[in-house]
Amino acid sequence: MNNVINHVWKQLTQSLRLMVGVPEYSTYIEHMRSAHPGQAIMSQEAFFRERLEARYGSKGRMNRCC
Amino acid sequence: MNQLIKWAGWLLFSLLGAAAIGVIALNRGESISAIWVVIAAVCVYVIAFRFYSQFIANRVLKLDATRMTPAYKYNDGLDHVPTNKYVLFGHHFAAIAGAGPLVGPILAAQMGYLPSMLWLLAGVVFAGAVQDFIILFISTRRHARSLGDLIKSELGYVPGMIALFGTFFIMLILLAVLSLIVVKALAESPWGTFTVAATIPIAMFMGIYSRYLRPCAIAEVSLIGFVLLVLSIVAGQYVQENPVWAAFFTATGEQLTWVLIGYGFIASVLPVWLLLAPRDYLSTFLKIGTIVGLAIGIIIISPELKMPALTQFVDGSGPVWSGDLFPFLFVTVACGAISGFHSLIASGTTPKMIQNEADARFIGYGAMLMESFVAIMALVAASALEPGIYFTMNSPAAIIGTTAESAVQTISQWGFHITPEMIAQTAQNVGEHSIISRTGGAPTLAVGMAQILSDVVGDGAMMAFWYHFAILFEALFILTAVDAGTRAGRFMLQDLLGTFIPAMKQTDSLVASLIATGICVSGWGYFLYQGVIDPLGGINTLWPLFGIANQMLAGIALVLCTCVLFRMKLDRFAWITVIPAIWVYTCTLTAAWQKIFHDNPRIGFLAHAGKYQDAVMQGTVLAPAKSVAQMQQVIFNDYINTVLTTLFMVVLVSMLAFGIRTILQARIVRHPTTSEAPFELLPVYVASEK
Repeated sequence: MNNVINHVWKQLTQSLRLMVGVPEYSTYIEHMRSAHPGQAIMSQEAFFRERLEARYGSKGRMNRCC
Repeated sequence: MNQLIKWAGWLLFSLLGAAAIGVIALNRGESISAIWVVIAAVCVYVIAFRFYSQFIANRVLKLDATRMTPAYKYNDGLDHVPTNKYVLFGHHFAAIAGAGPLVGPILAAQMGYLPSMLWLLAGVVFAGAVQDFIILFISTRRHARSLGDLIKSELGYVPGMIALFGTFFIMLILLAVLSLIVVKALAESPWGTFTVAATIPIAMFMGIYSRYLRPCAIAEVSLIGFVLLVLSIVAGQYVQENPVWAAFFTATGEQLTWVLIGYGFIASVLPVWLLLAPRDYLSTFLKIGTIVGLAIGIIIISPELKMPALTQFVDGSGPVWSGDLFPFLFVTVACGAISGFHSLIASGTTPKMIQNEADARFIGYGAMLMESFVAIMALVAASALEPGIYFTMNSPAAIIGTTAESAVQTISQWGFHITPEMIAQTAQNVGEHSIISRTGGAPTLAVGMAQILSDVVGDGAMMAFWYHFAILFEALFILTAVDAGTRAGRFMLQDLLGTFIPAMKQTDSLVASLIATGICVSGWGYFLYQGVIDPLGGINTLWPLFGIANQMLAGIALVLCTCVLFRMKLDRFAWITVIPAIWVYTCTLTAAWQKIFHDNPRIGFLAHAGKYQDAVMQGTVLAPAKSVAQMQQVIFNDYINTVLTTLFMVVLVSMLAFGIRTILQARIVRHPTTSEAPFELLPVYVASEK
């Protein structure tokens, strides 16, 4: 039962973060380690800033609705 | 045996839904409980999802769970990340839910709750959710490309450009109408104005906090922001009671318009981390929280629907907006049943993160059903008000006057019970000076929500708090949309202008971005100002224009879907998008035509211009104009609106022509001609094959 609650809670917080454009940092690290070993990995702060710029900056287009 | 139980279950479920709709439809003159509306809606959604969306997924589109998705192919841990379908559902829903589905049904409630309810249910099942689902599918199979690119690759370069051009004008109208809603809600309300103004320093504090003190702690900073917001609502009451501060925060509609235009300009050139991002956190979480809270409130309280199922205003003579049920109800309800804007979202970030193509059904179709439910809740909140109060709040001053006595006199003649005491009492309950002619939908929703939420928490005493909470909730995400929309419009404009003047394309150039921002802000600012000074409340003109623009985009998206179906050689299933496309086209073109050419000056722009023209000739001055120059301005505005509406019609008709051309070309060829990404296996299946 605790596992289920943990799982749901984790998904909920992931979803809430994704709503404001921030995916999982751990997934990013995992991806960089397995797909591009040796390449520089952004720190969590740099990752956060990059995501902010991507959502609201010139790369970001209309990402919400009326 | 198991099969039998399953089918018996679905049969019972269908019967329950049918019974609920029966209760609503057969009710004669007595008010019914909102729970029947909720049950009917939920049954319709579940059955539609289980059967119709499965039919589209398995028989028509043949979603392939083994097929490569952009999230895996371009995985970078940033934009393209394979994401769990429930997590992505939340993201997608938050992106599509906005003010549209809340305001549309409230305005449409002037015809009674039945027509809007039926269209919200039928529209979402057969049109809106189908559009979202298929666009998401199309984009997922084409490297998660955007709507404009998809149209370019499936229909041709010119229609792609036309669609982009159309999208830009929708943005302008959308931003104008959203700002108008805020202006209408905050005008002459020091409490509301204070709390909304307070969100700016709060957001800036949050921005600095999460930039320099504690980066990445979104939950923490949002929680701090939320507490500050609640405090600002409480403080608002003291502001209102203090004569000096109250005077400072009391603004007329025109003043607020200029403030908002200035705000829009400044906010969209400030660094994003300072204002936009933190306020987006607040507005997104508050939006989701409030929607959940409202759903719980409606189910627990299950208010009586006091609005009749049908009012006499189905004939088009209503005070809130004018025009017959067909086509204007469909244009007014708009977003909750089918929203063209969603095609931009469904071809935006969601397809980049979809883990498996088969999830498109749950995310695309499912999230739109949720959106429709939000619209149903807004309809319930508006219909739960005394109809007399509803019409007091939503009728423009030009029709009911500015005093309680004149409002009571007019509204009683329409056959709705209302007394000056009821008006005064409601205003006092929600902590406002007056509730007469608070048009725009937001104040009505706020009163409705305050009634429901204060029944759950805080008794009647907290009604004023909940009212201002609801106003804040709406203003917050509208302002975020204004800010983000101006920014997006600016980039769109820089892209469009860049085709002709290369220097305009540089998004990091200060001059280029200031020019583009200026054009954008003056574009929506113009329509906003025009709406604010309109004696009929502005909503009367702008909301139908917005609805037409939104439905125009839906028409474009449905044409794209149809073309893709034909190019996939799925001709015999093309009806799933052809029928909604024909309906959307018919409604939108008829509404646009009537907005231009209708004889009634309350509906037709040309008739309205003609009326003022005649007055100018006779040398009389018609309200709201105070001079001949202002009369000329009103006439000029009518012509601008006419040109804009004509533009929408031209876009629609030309997209139809390009669509038909594409379909005919596809019919000649015997094999599929789509530009899908070539088939590849998903990595998980590649591993299992080895």
